[in-house]
Amino acid sequence: MSGAAIAIEGVDKVFNAGSADEVAALRGIDLAIRPGEFVSLIGPSGCGKSTLLRLIGDLLTPSRGTVTVFGKPAHQARLDQDYGMVFQHAGLFDWRRVAANIELPLELRGWSKADRAERSAQMLDLVQLPDFGRHYPRQLSGGMQQRVSIARALSFEPKLLLMDEPFGALDEMTREHMQLELLRIWRETGTTVVFVTHSISESAFLSNRVVVLSPRPGRIHSVVDVDLGDRDDDTREDPAFFAKATEVREALRAVEAGG
Amino acid sequence: MIPGRALRTVATTLVALALLVGLWEGYKWMGGVTDDTWPGTSIELPTSTDDLTMPHAADIAGELFEEVRDGRNRLPLSVFLLKKAWFTLQEAAIGFTLGLAIGLGLAVLMLRWRVAERGLLPWINVSQTIPLIALAPIIVTWGRTRDLPDLVSISLIATYLTFFPVAVSALRGLQSPDAAHVELMRSYAAPWRTTLFKLRLPAARAYLFPALKIAATLSVVGAIVGEISIGTKTGLGRAILEYAQRYAVSPERLYASVVGAAVLGLAVFGLVALAERLVVTRTQGLTREVGS
Repeated sequence: MSGAAIAIEGVDKVFNAGSADEVAALRGIDLAIRPGEFVSLIGPSGCGKSTLLRLIGDLLTPSRGTVTVFGKPAHQARLDQDYGMVFQHAGLFDWRRVAANIELPLELRGWSKADRAERSAQMLDLVQLPDFGRHYPRQLSGGMQQRVSIARALSFEPKLLLMDEPFGALDEMTREHMQLELLRIWRETGTTVVFVTHSISESAFLSNRVVVLSPRPGRIHSVVDVDLGDRDDDTREDPAFFAKATEVREALRAVEAGG
Repeated sequence: MIPGRALRTVATTLVALALLVGLWEGYKWMGGVTDDTWPGTSIELPTSTDDLTMPHAADIAGELFEEVRDGRNRLPLSVFLLKKAWFTLQEAAIGFTLGLAIGLGLAVLMLRWRVAERGLLPWINVSQTIPLIALAPIIVTWGRTRDLPDLVSISLIATYLTFFPVAVSALRGLQSPDAAHVELMRSYAAPWRTTLFKLRLPAARAYLFPALKIAATLSVVGAIVGEISIGTKTGLGRAILEYAQRYAVSPERLYASVVGAAVLGLAVFGLVALAERLVVTRTQGLTREVGS
């Protein structure tokens, strides 16, 4: 597809190729993601969903096939810093204040101090932590830290956000709150999001499309299209949402059953 | 520093000192009563408690105010020891600084090239098994043939003791960031140097400071041992050597100079602990939970 944000074509990933502990993590992956789309990757553990995310981010290189991000090789996209990354554990630097954490990517791009301060203030507003710039990460709760981590990933306005189970370590209530926050930010920024998750309801709630992967080696089992429109807490009790969650769940069951 | 906390530190130190003196004097008193045996047995105590082996704590303290000769002047032993300690402190400080630089340099080298880690680490470990007594004369002779002042040789001996804990702990600290942190820097396309300065070195600080405290006290030990093996005319080591030779005449004096060495060691330890508080604790040891 031309004009795709991400094009993955015929990708295999084998770890420790040729040795006794060789692992075929992914096989024959083809996937195109449109600009501004919100795509979740879901599957049982060991299905290679985090590996696929890292191939898009050029943190790993495919054993076969190509990954194209915004029309260029993933490697070039990383060098151009076309994407922001959010991990399961916020991964903030303990020794930097919250604002300095958000400014880290800007610092590496050589932004002036004043510009950095202005942007980190905007970002803190975006993630609704306006008064916490001078705090240290350890003074914040897990949910707040994860919001800072999202602010850091968005600070340089990347067109792509790669998220690796970002809410996996949060309690259910915080998690639901963060999901709404993320949708708001996604709407406001128009960023393309690739979102790795374990959670069926999370994938159905957040995404335009849910990509269901089967394990060993990881393949795309099916793709569930979701169109829930504007979502809020009531959406979680909407029959349309249930129907989509059920569709994802059944796809996962088929995967477990070896289908 | 919070005043209440400082006060507590001083109080604990005084209590610990009082306990130590109490133990010393109690043991001495017991030995006097039982004729150097464990009470109710005929088993001998590990050390004799007479005034030559164990002078009274008060006599050791009192000795600090006795006048001694320093060239043509006469001054209290405590002042004399302070003057000597100042010299030793300089050697220790140079040794510590060099040891820090070399230790950090080696750690960065080993971080950058796994080959260097495999090749260097065993030698770094072996280096610490060479007895200082054997090494000191080599360094001294080497220094004298090049007309270097003794201060340089002694500092090098102190360096030799200090670089080791720095290198080992710095390497651990530089390798401490989790995979996610390293991946984050990679996602920013950050070059190796940037990752070193923005991520690895700051992360290493928490690992480095405990080692720096050890290195600081070791630098004093190294300087004193260096002075003794070199036979310099000044420094705490010289004073200790001199008083050791006259131990039979005035044991209090040797004990007093050992107290001086201990105070110097504690002082440098305290300096590093203070630096740690400023650099690490202030940012990393804060209480959790502002909100949830």
